[in-house]
Amino acid sequence: MEPGTLSTFLKRGAIWAFIVIELIFFSIAGEFLSLSDKAFMDFDNMLLLFKQSAPIGIIAMGMTIIMVNGNIDLSVGATYALSGIILLDAMSWPIFGSLGDAVIPVAWLLALLTGVLLGALNGLIVWKTGVDAFIVTLGSMLGYRGLVFMYNGEQPTSHLNWTLVDFAEAQFLGIHTPTWFLLAVTLAIWFLMTRTVHGRNAYAIGDNRTAAVNAGIRVGPHMMINFMIIGFLAALSAVVFYSESGSVNPNDGELYELWVITAVVLGGTKLTGGAGSIVSTFGGVLAIQLLRKGLSHIGADTSTVNLVIGLILIAVLFLDRQLNLKGKEELRV
Amino acid sequence: MGALSKSDIGGFLARQGILVAFVVFMIGFTIANDRFVDPDNILGVIRSSAILGVMALGVTFVVISGNLDLSVGSMMSFSTIVVLDLHDKIGPGLAIPVMFAMTLALGAFIGFLVGYLKLNSLIVTLGMLSAIHGLTLTYSGGKNMDIVDKEGTWFGVFGQGTALGVPIPILIFAILAAVLGMTLAKTPFGRKVYAVGGNGVAATFSGIRRARVVFFCYLMSAFCVATAGLIQASRSLGSQNTVGQGLELEVLAAVILGGASLMGGSGTIFKTVIGVLILGFIQNGLLLVGLQFYAQYVVTWIIIILAVWLDIAAKRGRLWSPIA
Repeated sequence: MEPGTLSTFLKRGAIWAFIVIELIFFSIAGEFLSLSDKAFMDFDNMLLLFKQSAPIGIIAMGMTIIMVNGNIDLSVGATYALSGIILLDAMSWPIFGSLGDAVIPVAWLLALLTGVLLGALNGLIVWKTGVDAFIVTLGSMLGYRGLVFMYNGEQPTSHLNWTLVDFAEAQFLGIHTPTWFLLAVTLAIWFLMTRTVHGRNAYAIGDNRTAAVNAGIRVGPHMMINFMIIGFLAALSAVVFYSESGSVNPNDGELYELWVITAVVLGGTKLTGGAGSIVSTFGGVLAIQLLRKGLSHIGADTSTVNLVIGLILIAVLFLDRQLNLKGKEELRV
Repeated sequence: MGALSKSDIGGFLARQGILVAFVVFMIGFTIANDRFVDPDNILGVIRSSAILGVMALGVTFVVISGNLDLSVGSMMSFSTIVVLDLHDKIGPGLAIPVMFAMTLALGAFIGFLVGYLKLNSLIVTLGMLSAIHGLTLTYSGGKNMDIVDKEGTWFGVFGQGTALGVPIPILIFAILAAVLGMTLAKTPFGRKVYAVGGNGVAATFSGIRRARVVFFCYLMSAFCVATAGLIQASRSLGSQNTVGQGLELEVLAAVILGGASLMGGSGTIFKTVIGVLILGFIQNGLLLVGLQFYAQYVVTWIIIILAVWLDIAAKRGRLWSPIA
């Protein structure tokens, strides 16, 4: 084995090893602590796990591109809520009254368009003003949330369409509709990042922006497209989730950025940009959902989940740094 | 000194843009609604900004040292809940120092992770946001905290009392701002904070212990958060355990509005105070001219982007970004 192969292997495989450890731990701990007599590794339970991962997972794929680019997007939670509101509200607009169930694709389109527009606005500001993406999206996190509240006050926006609910709850080949969406998005973004020029440019820009500019990559439009992608995915996530639940609270999606970023960082994507993989992000999403589900399986409440997730995020950061430090003499400070 | 040229005025606007914007807003609101300049209204705005302001003072240190603190909101919930809970158990005289010690311990933990272990502050404090939130929920058992005997305690003095006609929260904010402002501007420690944030490597080679400076910045932030929690708890004598949720963003917005660069190395306590007041007065002014409450979020968004944009546009000497 060449030197460095082990640590590379450790880093690549770490997230999957973590998932296996989680599965073993919760299966064993569940035997003693669980209130229900159902096994944790139950097939239906695992199917449900994938389904519940979908809302966070779909957004996390977009966040991976953004973070590989060296940017960050804190406004995804607000984009998610606003798209959800447009989706449900549009179905009761009078101009679509004569459409019947044909209103569904129209509402979907409008919701997705909302996400793309909000993302494009973020991207345009980052591109044209040169303000750091962290500040831009921190601002729009407030601003978009303000729009959410201005739309319908503090009232929830509700509209149930049973055709839509049936579709969202359907199981094709045993797999739930949201899971199909998650898998399709993962595959599409994986293809984008590993097999296309756009994906290669994303890594190049995140790794060394000056070099990328010198190589003739148009960085501004590239980043704007990525923000449009994550806006689209945040809206898609809302579409998938609210098709089933049929009601949006104006607070929905708060802290989603935390969960999404945690999943992406768990998957090994660098905050400084230039490195990250879609497959590992998928692992990160599963690991987080497994943790939430496992902790509630052994009887822990949400407060413990918050505590554990926060500490694990920090621990991963620490481990990642230790692995990366190997062989590199760093300035002693 | 010759006559002012056009570029001088442009440069002045860009450098002092935030003050200019502040004055323009104040004049606009005054014209729109004469209740805006009412002394009672002004005092009320400053008073309700005090909690946010106290937190922003500490975060200013962290931001100047080149780091971020997103955990102040949930840390504030924590200290509020702890002090309210301990008030009935061990009495206010003991509860306050114990609460400060516990909050400082959290700050020390973050300072250790970011300073000595050199972990990325954004992710660490994002993780701590979640972890401390969990800690608060566990501590309170998910319930709201209330002081049982609200009439018979002197604890309310920090949030509700007045001294010499000035509300105590404003006094605390002013004194803390003065002390921390002096610390940052006039002491060796303050200069080290700027040095570490401006160029960490150069600071290290100059013999400044970067880790220790960062550590104390987070302690400072935790101290301010504990003070804010004290004011909050004392003002309402009871609290939900999510009282500080989302405050980290408003705090950061105020600090950025004040012109501190997120890259570190620039910013002052005075400017942060201005940033806090701008947020407070705009919020108040928008309500007075009849806009709905949530419109202030949208306006804050636009103001943050414009403020930062003008700031960096002045530094690079052109309005639009050079990104291809």
